[in-house]
Amino acid sequence: MKIPPCLGRMLALCLLAWLPLAVSAQDDGGQPLLESLDAASYAQMGEAIEAIIESGDERSRGWLEALLGGKLQRHKETGRFVVVLENRGRDWPVADALTGEAFGEMSRRDLDRLGINNALRGQLQSALAVLDLHVPDTRDRREAARALLGDVDASLVEPLEAVISGEEDAEVRRLLEQGLAIHRLEQGSVEAVASLEGSLNSRVRAALNSAARSDDPALAEAASSALADIEQKMKLNRGLETLYFGLSLGSVLVLAAIGLAITFGVMGVINMAHGELIMLGAYTTWAMQQLLPGQPGLAMVLSIPAGFLVAALAGIAIERGVIQFLKGRPLETLLATFGVSLILQQLVRTVISPLNRTVVTPEWMSGSIMINEGLSLTLNRLYVLGFALVVFAGLMLVMRRTRLGLEVRAVTQNRAMARSMGIRATRVDIMTFALGSGVAGLAGVALSQLTNVGPNLGQNYIIDSFMVVVFGGVGNLWGTLVAGLSLGVINQVLEPWAGAVLAKILVLVFIILFIQKRPRGLFPQKGRAAEG
Amino acid sequence: MIPSSVTRTPRWLAVPLLGAAVATPALAQEDPIKVGILHSLSGTMAISETVLKDTVEMLIEQQNADGGLLGRELEAVVVDPASDWPLFAEKARELLAQEEVDVIFGNWTSVSRKSVLPVVEELNGLLFYPVQYEGEESSENVFYTGAAPNQQAIPAVDYLMNNVGVERWVLAGTDYVYPRTTNKILEAYLKGHGVSDADIMVNYTPFGHSDWQNIVSEIKAFGSEGKKTAVVSTINGDANVPFYRELGNQGIDAADIPVVAFSVGEQELTGIDTAPLVGHLAAWNYFMSVDTDANYDFIDAWIEYTGDEMAVTNDPMEAHYIGFNMWTEAVRKAGTTEVDAVKDAIIGVSVPNLSGGYAAMMPNHHITKPVLIGEIQDNGQFSIVWETPSTVAGDAWSDYLEGSRDLISDWRKPMECGNYNVVKGSCGGSEAQEEATAEE
Repeated sequence: MKIPPCLGRMLALCLLAWLPLAVSAQDDGGQPLLESLDAASYAQMGEAIEAIIESGDERSRGWLEALLGGKLQRHKETGRFVVVLENRGRDWPVADALTGEAFGEMSRRDLDRLGINNALRGQLQSALAVLDLHVPDTRDRREAARALLGDVDASLVEPLEAVISGEEDAEVRRLLEQGLAIHRLEQGSVEAVASLEGSLNSRVRAALNSAARSDDPALAEAASSALADIEQKMKLNRGLETLYFGLSLGSVLVLAAIGLAITFGVMGVINMAHGELIMLGAYTTWAMQQLLPGQPGLAMVLSIPAGFLVAALAGIAIERGVIQFLKGRPLETLLATFGVSLILQQLVRTVISPLNRTVVTPEWMSGSIMINEGLSLTLNRLYVLGFALVVFAGLMLVMRRTRLGLEVRAVTQNRAMARSMGIRATRVDIMTFALGSGVAGLAGVALSQLTNVGPNLGQNYIIDSFMVVVFGGVGNLWGTLVAGLSLGVINQVLEPWAGAVLAKILVLVFIILFIQKRPRGLFPQKGRAAEG
Repeated sequence: MIPSSVTRTPRWLAVPLLGAAVATPALAQEDPIKVGILHSLSGTMAISETVLKDTVEMLIEQQNADGGLLGRELEAVVVDPASDWPLFAEKARELLAQEEVDVIFGNWTSVSRKSVLPVVEELNGLLFYPVQYEGEESSENVFYTGAAPNQQAIPAVDYLMNNVGVERWVLAGTDYVYPRTTNKILEAYLKGHGVSDADIMVNYTPFGHSDWQNIVSEIKAFGSEGKKTAVVSTINGDANVPFYRELGNQGIDAADIPVVAFSVGEQELTGIDTAPLVGHLAAWNYFMSVDTDANYDFIDAWIEYTGDEMAVTNDPMEAHYIGFNMWTEAVRKAGTTEVDAVKDAIIGVSVPNLSGGYAAMMPNHHITKPVLIGEIQDNGQFSIVWETPSTVAGDAWSDYLEGSRDLISDWRKPMECGNYNVVKGSCGGSEAQEEATAEE
C-alpha cells in the first residue's frame, strides 16, 4: 500500500524537474519577470510590478491587466504561467502568458492564482493609467488622467510633466496639472492650493481636507479658505442631487403604482397580486437575457413588449379566473387576489428558484454621467425616470385618445348606460385589467435594473403602490404622477437628517394625516365619475 | 432523568418492531437515525436557507453511501417553517415530539433561533446553528457552528485598521438585532482604539431597503474628508444587491472607500454583476475559492448533487459540513445517538474544515475557525487577501460589552453553565442572560 504514493511523488518530481526546462527553451526574458511576480509578500509583488513596467516588454500591458483581473495564474505542476480567458465554472479556457497561444481548458484545481490586494490594485491601476495617457482616444486619456488624481508620486512627476507639454487636449492637461498639484500639496507646498481652488473633485477635497489639518499654519489657512469656497459650490450641488434622488425614487413609485391606478383607480378592483405582476415583468427580462446571451441591451429592449404581454396575459387569467366572480365584493376580491399573489410567489420559487436571478445591466445603462465634478447622475436611474414618464404619457394617450379609453371611462361611470349604448362591458373589463397588468409588467422590466429579481420583488412594492394611488386621488392618473414624484422627493429630503427608517415612518404619518383632511386624495374625482 | 431517557427511546421503538423482528431479526438494527432539517423553504428567507437544506441532505446521502452511522441508515426529516418565526418553534416541537429526531440542523436568522431555543431546551434536543451571529448566547442544547463576533467582525476591523490604515468608519446595517449588537461591539472596540466619535457614522436601514442613493452619497461625502474611510456593512439579505449596484453606479471605488461586509457571500453575489465591485471585501471563515483539495471535493460533490455546473458554495454551508461531521464523530464516540451522551462526547471533537485546518468544538458550544478576508472578483468569487495565522475560538460573551464582559460559558462538568459570572463567582441562570440581552 505504501509504494504507489511514493512512486507518484517521484514521478511528479521528475515532471517538475523536466517541464520547466521545456518551457524555458522557448523563453525570452518574460519568464523571469513573471517568476518574480509569484512572490511571497505583496510588497515583493509591488516591486515585481515596477520591474515589469520598466522592462518595456510589449506584453506587459496584457500581463498587468490579467493580474488586475485575477486572471494571471500558474499551473501548479508545470509552473507555466497562463492567462485565464473565462473564469466561471470548474474548467477554464487558458492561454499561455508568454506566447499568447490558447491551449484548451484547465481545471481550477490545477491552477494557482497570483492574488493581489487593494494596495496593489491601486498601483496597477495607476500604472495602466500612465500607459493609457498615450492612447489616441481623447476620452480614454481623460479617464486615465482622472484616475491618476491623488495617485501621483515622486517618480511620476517628471514623466507627467513631459506628457503635459505634449498633450493637445486642454481637459487632460488640466486634470494632470491638478494631479501634480495634489502631489505638491501633500509635500507641503502652499502655492499648490491656488491651482486646486474651485475644484469639486472628491480627491481634491480629500487632499485639501488633510492639508487643512497640517501643522504649517500658512498651508492650513490657505487650504481652509479654498475648502470654504468649494463648500459653497457643493451646497447647490447637494440640493440638485437630492432633487434628482427624489425624482428618481418618485419615478419608481409612479411606475409601480400607475398600473394599479388603472385597475384599482379606474376599475375599482383591489388587486393584491399587483406586485406579483410587476415580478413577472422582471422575470421576463431575466428570461429574455437567458434567451439572448451576450446581448443584454437587445434583450432589455425586447423585454419591454414581452414583459407587457406576459403580465397582461397573467392579468387576463386573474380577471377571468377570480375577479369576474367577485364583482362588487371588495373584501372577497382583496382576500382572493392576496391568495393569488401567494400562489404566484411560490410558483416562481418552485419552478424557477427561490434564489435571486442576475439581470445584467447593459453597458449603456451602467455608470453615471457627470454634470460637474461634484455632481453626477446615475444612468440606470435616469433611464428609469425617462421610462416612467414615457409610460405615463402613453397611458394618458390610451385613456384620452383611443376608443378603448373612451369605453373604459364610459363603463366605469355608468355600466348599465354604457351597455345599453352597445359597449360590451365584459370585454372592456378584460381589456382594462390587461392594460393595468401589462403596465405593471413594464414596471417590472424597469425595476429589474434597480433591485433584486426574486420571488419577493412584488411584496416590496404593493403597499407603496396603494399608498401612491390613494394619496394622488383614486381614479386620477395625473394624481398618481404628482403623488409618486412628490412622495419620492419628500422621502429623500427627510432621509439625510432623519435616517431611512424614520423617513419612511414620517412619510406614512404625513399621508395618514393628509387622508384625514382630504379623504379623496390630492386630486379628487369630480362630477359623474365621482359617484362611480 | 438521564437513565430514563436512555431506556425509553429504544423501548418505545422496540414495540412496533417486535412483530417484525421475528421475521427479519436484522431489521431492529436498521431502524434509521432521524435527522431533522429546520430551514425555510418558502417566504423571505428561502433565498438563503434552501441551499442549507440541500447541503444537509447531501451530507446525509454521502454518509449513507459510506455505510451510515453505527450501522444504521440516516433519514432526513424536512419541515418548512416558511420564514415565520413562531412557526419555527412549532416545527421544532413537531420534529422533537412527533418525529423524535435525534438532531436538528437549522435556522438562519437570530430571531428564529431565539424562537426555537425554549423548545429545544424543554424537549432536550440538539440544534446545530450554522450562521454567523451576534453572540451573547450559549445554550446547553445548541451548537453554534457559525462565527461569533470575535471570529468575524473584530478581525475584519483589525485588518482594515492595521493593513489598510482606515481611520474613519461607517457602520451601516439593517435595523434588527444582529447588526445592532455587532455595531455596538464594534463601536466600543473602535473607541477603545482611539477612534473619535466624529470619525464614526452609524446608519440603519429597514429590511429589503432598495433606495440607497442618499446613503451612498452621504458615505461618499463622509469619505472625502481626507482620512482613509471604510464601510463596515452588516446589511442583510436582499438589500445588498441595490446597495452594491448604487455603489458601483456612483463610482465608489474599493481603492477609495472599501466596503467590508459580514453578510455577503457567494450566494448573495450570484444576483449581481460584480465587475464594478472588484476589491470590496467580505470577512468569513470560508470562501468557495479556498484552494484545498477538501474544498474542491466538496464543490464537486455539491455540483453533482445540484446538477448545476454554476452552483456556488458558501460559509454557512461549510458550517453545516463541520457541524454534521462533528455530530457523526460524537455519535460514534458515544456509541449512541442519545442526546445527553452526544452532548458530552462532542466537546473536544475535532474534524477537518474545508480550508485545510481543523475545527474543534469548545466547551462553550462554539467552534474554532480561521478568519479569512476576501476581495470580490469579477466572477462573483472572493480572492483571499488575509487570514488569521491560526484558528480563533468562538467567544459566546463579548469582551467589549458591559454586562457580558464578565460572563463565560462552559458546558463541561462540573460547571455546566452557559453564563458563569467570573466576578460574582456564580452561574447567572436565565436572569443574567436576560440582563445581558436586555442591554442590546
